[in-house]
Amino acid sequence: MGKRTIVPFGPQHPVLPEPLHLDLVLEDETVVDVIPSIGYIHRGLEKLCETKDYNQMVYVIERICGICSFGHGWGASAAIEGAMGVEIPERAEYLRTILHELSRVHSHLLWLGLMADAFGFESLFNHCWRVRETVLDLFEKNTGGRVIFSICKPGGMRKDISNENLKEMVEVLNGLKAEIKEITDVFINDASVKNRMTGVGVLTKEEAVELCAVGPTVRGSGVAQDLRLAGDHGVYHELGFEPVVEEAGDCMARTIVRIRELLQSIELIEKAVAKIPDGPVDCKVPKTVDGEFATRLEQPRGEAFYYAKGAGSKFLKRMRVRTPTNINIPALVKMLGGSDLADVPILALTIDPCISCTER
Amino acid sequence: MSKAYVTKSPWVVHYDGSSCNGCDIEVLACLMPMYDVERFGIINCGNPKHADVFLVTGTVNEQNKDVVKQIYEQMPEPKVVVAIGICACSGGIFKDCYNVLGGVDQVIPVDAYVPGCAARPEAIIDAVVTGLGILQAKRDAMVEAIDAPAAIEAPAAPAAASAPSAVKYPPIFTMAEIKVNAELYKK
Repeated sequence: MGKRTIVPFGPQHPVLPEPLHLDLVLEDETVVDVIPSIGYIHRGLEKLCETKDYNQMVYVIERICGICSFGHGWGASAAIEGAMGVEIPERAEYLRTILHELSRVHSHLLWLGLMADAFGFESLFNHCWRVRETVLDLFEKNTGGRVIFSICKPGGMRKDISNENLKEMVEVLNGLKAEIKEITDVFINDASVKNRMTGVGVLTKEEAVELCAVGPTVRGSGVAQDLRLAGDHGVYHELGFEPVVEEAGDCMARTIVRIRELLQSIELIEKAVAKIPDGPVDCKVPKTVDGEFATRLEQPRGEAFYYAKGAGSKFLKRMRVRTPTNINIPALVKMLGGSDLADVPILALTIDPCISCTER
Repeated sequence: MSKAYVTKSPWVVHYDGSSCNGCDIEVLACLMPMYDVERFGIINCGNPKHADVFLVTGTVNEQNKDVVKQIYEQMPEPKVVVAIGICACSGGIFKDCYNVLGGVDQVIPVDAYVPGCAARPEAIIDAVVTGLGILQAKRDAMVEAIDAPAAIEAPAAPAAASAPSAVKYPPIFTMAEIKVNAELYKK
């Protein structure tokens, strides 16, 4: 047994574009303890929200994270709508569901690429991101933005998406299925990928529950926890949604959860487009926000929590957001304990960390 | 320092100041098959000492300003800094946040600015290409500063006399050091 050494990981590290910092306590090549530290990216968004009125605030909230920006806009809008006691039109709910699932497709493809990069499979990384560009083109065509859309607002959507465009979206996504399958088959069947991921970073069902893991991290450990099932938001209950669960709890299981969710999201979009009713996409909302409301939403990375408290004016007294990566960090620390130093990059990525969400 | 080495295959290093990831994923998207800047020899490397161009996204704050400075200082001369996204240019939407100092130019000198939220890949590529022009100008200035006194004083300098080519391929100095060296040569 060698003596203990501390190796810093990040904040500037080639494997992760974001400034995650971990102090890895090593005994020889084995990680025995991990001290995560954050704060490189903290801006103070929740405070900024108090100085913006509720319509401007959604633009700020969307910039919590450029990957799941639509979900954040939706969560904040839903919290404000709840505080106002407003019910939005059905078409708006459908459009939000469709765009949220499309965000999930883009987010999971992005993550698969970064994961491939983490275990040194550069060409697979490139292929994932090549396919993702098609999804971004769909976003650009329908919302005007590639990563930040600003299409969600309290009371509905800023603009409608025509039925022709929605049908085209489904056609394009169905066309992508073959390419996605080709890529994901490599993740599932390739021997070298299996070697890196199977049995690595095991999080048992009990540990996952105890550490309050969320999203694909907890679903990879055999817990069917998905807020889309609760049906607070969106139209998932009308689309026959079933959460994706894998039992093994290792890196491979979490990857397979995301791969299956990717294909599931495409199916959900197809079902939603087939069912979407005609009608308005926004409704009249009060000029002021009073009262308070808390709500939760299933982001690509897991459960996010939004709390809004009105001040009797168009400004909010408090806007609180709790994001999935924040909750998954204890699970990450658990997985890293006892792992090899060479596995740290793939373990850091396996919870799909979004540091920008975590620190806001 | 051959011309081709600097301008034909500039390597970039990327650091996320405190951006929302929007610009970061657009920087990565530039390197991917759709935009594929690698065909111009541009490679994203994780090591600041390998890099010619520094791409910074997001604002600077109290905790990360030292990290940004350290990465900048580790990069060899000549180097170019590109601020990507409106946050890196001026602070953008986060300008009024309590933990935000402002744009990256509060901490290090910036050569090219890319507006946009998020900055589009085309704009990022355009800024890097603009940065390459600046890189070339900086390199020319360096070579001039080294060559000019060496050409006049070459016989007097023993190292230069024994191997004249060594003067053209010096170890990497900062611009300030080069100016000091040039003064010494003149004496």
